[in-house]
Amino acid sequence: MTTQDQNETQNARPRMWVALVPLAAFAAIAALFFFRLGAGDPSKLPSALIGKPAPDIALPALESLAGPNGAVPGIDPAAFKGAVTIVNVWASWCVPCHEEAPLFMKVAQDNRIRVVGVNYKDQPEKALNFLKRYGNPFAAVGVDANGRAGIEWGVYGVPETFIVGRDGMIAYKLVGPLTPDNIDTVLRKEIDKALAKG
Amino acid sequence: MIPEIGHYALILALAVSLAQSIVPLVGARTHDPVLMDVGTKGAYAQFILMCVSFGALAFAYGRSDFSVASVFENSHSLMPEIYKFTSLWGNHEGSMLLWVMILALFGALVAAFGANIPTSLKATVLAVQSWIAALFYLFILITSNPFTRLAPAPAQGRDLNPILQDPGLAIHPPLLYVGYVGFSISFSFAVAALIEGRIDAAWARWVRPWALLAWIFLTLGIAMGSYWAYYTLGWGGWWFWDPVENASFMPWLAGTALLHSALVMEKREALKVWTILLAILTFSLSLIGTFIVRSGVLTSVHAFASDPSRGVFILVILLLLIGGALALYAWRAPSLRQGGLFAPISREGSLVLNNLLLSTATATVFVGTLYPLALEALTGAKISVGAPFFNLTFAPLFVPILIAVPFGPLLAWKRGDIRAATQRLTFAFVAAVVGALIAFALQGKPVVALAAIGLGFYVIAGSIAELIERSGLFRVPVSTAFHRARGLPRSTWGTMFAHAGLGLTLIGIVCETAWGLETIGAYKPGATIPIGGYELKYEGLSPRKGPNFTADVARMIVLRDGREIGVMEPSKRAFSTRSMNTSEAALMTRGLGQLYVALGDINADKTTTVRVYWKPFVLLIWIGGLAMAFGGVLSLSDRRLRVGAPKMARNRAQAERTA
Repeated sequence: MTTQDQNETQNARPRMWVALVPLAAFAAIAALFFFRLGAGDPSKLPSALIGKPAPDIALPALESLAGPNGAVPGIDPAAFKGAVTIVNVWASWCVPCHEEAPLFMKVAQDNRIRVVGVNYKDQPEKALNFLKRYGNPFAAVGVDANGRAGIEWGVYGVPETFIVGRDGMIAYKLVGPLTPDNIDTVLRKEIDKALAKG
Repeated sequence: MIPEIGHYALILALAVSLAQSIVPLVGARTHDPVLMDVGTKGAYAQFILMCVSFGALAFAYGRSDFSVASVFENSHSLMPEIYKFTSLWGNHEGSMLLWVMILALFGALVAAFGANIPTSLKATVLAVQSWIAALFYLFILITSNPFTRLAPAPAQGRDLNPILQDPGLAIHPPLLYVGYVGFSISFSFAVAALIEGRIDAAWARWVRPWALLAWIFLTLGIAMGSYWAYYTLGWGGWWFWDPVENASFMPWLAGTALLHSALVMEKREALKVWTILLAILTFSLSLIGTFIVRSGVLTSVHAFASDPSRGVFILVILLLLIGGALALYAWRAPSLRQGGLFAPISREGSLVLNNLLLSTATATVFVGTLYPLALEALTGAKISVGAPFFNLTFAPLFVPILIAVPFGPLLAWKRGDIRAATQRLTFAFVAAVVGALIAFALQGKPVVALAAIGLGFYVIAGSIAELIERSGLFRVPVSTAFHRARGLPRSTWGTMFAHAGLGLTLIGIVCETAWGLETIGAYKPGATIPIGGYELKYEGLSPRKGPNFTADVARMIVLRDGREIGVMEPSKRAFSTRSMNTSEAALMTRGLGQLYVALGDINADKTTTVRVYWKPFVLLIWIGGLAMAFGGVLSLSDRRLRVGAPKMARNRAQAERTA
């Protein structure tokens, strides 16, 4: 090999390396994208209330709502103790609530848990019609006409669904509607976790 | 039936694109003109098929055919005709169809106007272009079919998102997409050059008009989007450093760098390897922008209804196109011959500086946009990177760019004389001082704003310097200078307008941010709101009915020195189908400034929350953008870049000689 040849290969080597830089940088970015894709919706912030006790507010019952065992009661915070409770915040004016309502009938069939509803900033007769139309999955329905309880629960949009553990602590919060998709992948898993906690 | 024809045309376009992806490449390798010609024919066929497909969807939207799911979800029979049509691309599926439609259009344009490109290069370019098309046709057909039917057909649609029911939707996305997708041509040229292993000055000459065309549209698209956000979002901001805005800004910065480096390559055969990389990166940034918007990895005001399965598909497309191109680059680029030596102080040197600064600016925006994503991946912490970061990092990077802008055109190729250039810029320095003094006299503080105004004046005056220099104004009689100026190449005029546009935009930004006024208050009818020498008399609210909304319109009488000069009517619209409200700001243009009134909540005590802004010289922000785009158009019309121009001139010269 002549000196000149050697010089050329020496010159070529660093340039080969430099030409690989863009590819390597892109590989790193693509890996980042891949891991973030499965990570869920970035606009959903974790609730600050998880691990804290459920708000200590009693809510009046929805008038003239009757269940199989007589009138459906309002929400009594003392009743959270001892059973895993699903709290669904809903309103008849909320469009996604109409889509998730039939799914709650399925959730309520699970007799290990109690399902209750908070009727948020709604009119009683419209709320009654809503429950007549889709069926009433709730063992108790509390009326939050002015949204005060919603503030205590940290609600920033309907629908939202909370899981309250046997200890009365908020274990999980689902922002947005229940869907056939997340009912199995998210909600049931979280319910099982809350039940396992004893 | 018609939507099915559209769907079928899309499938046929996929079939054509697959053939076009391979056959011309084989033709180029075996020097078979018939096989190479498949590229041209295929490009035309794809364009025609896409016209059919796009036309079919447009027909379904125009007729409010709610049996098509995409129409049902995004349209309403009571919407004005124009919005019925534009809601086509106001959603993910339809906008992707527009995207590939423009891609097919560009393929056909290269086929039609690429007569002077060597046949094998042209065939390779069209094949690469077809890889992009094939991947995106597949993406649409598999994950986002806009022609999906609903059975039974609903009687009424769900209406278009009210924020999008605006003429801005008719203009902004098509402009932006032509810009984004236009850079696919530079990408295809770069990949084709790497495949062929041959790059010369002629390559840059073929690529530059396409890059310039895309850049013009991207500039207009961003400016239009900014103005739309300004008047529609109700708080008078015109740039938010939102991830999606950044996604359009990054290709713009990289594309601007590409235009300049391609110039060096065309004139001096230097910076070849770098220019190729920029061509790949510019379109890659467009693609990454598409991914960010549609995969839902980042939150943004622009987010489409996102779906992780689509995200995975686009990620695969990114891996194939960007990863493939960069791998090819890593393999081939080291063997390309570098040419053209030059001194650091020279036209080339100034363009290298331009490229360094622009790429650093691009990288800064890129890091700021993706940092929250990376941080969450590593630590789980949720943060957002907002305007403070970008203002702190981006502004210092842009100041040296602006200082350097007027020097570039005044330096000679190979070896320039910086002292002579500085001397010629004397009057630009004078203009800077005068500009800052005028601002000081009118507004006083802050000093930073005065300096920035001075910089703006300097850029504008400096941009005109080359023109004065070359026309001999102030040295020869005015008529001679005028005659010479008219005889200058259009690209010189183009450079002047584009560079001066930067200065105009800067002045607009500084005036708006430093000296804009703002008042917010709750007012009862009869109240008077004073702002910046104007008085707004609030007369009260009245209801009004629109085609698919109801509105509360506030009437404000604008007074200047006690004289009535006009009426402003900001309103709040309620759209029943989506139970959403929008606030429609009212604007009144006074000179280059604007009065801006937006309504907030209508309170229980009969008062209305009103925000009033006075924005001095705000229009310069967008006028600057228009000037840049106009500069691009002038450069594009320069005969040097017109297709086949050099050849025609040579032919004519030969004809004269023989005659």
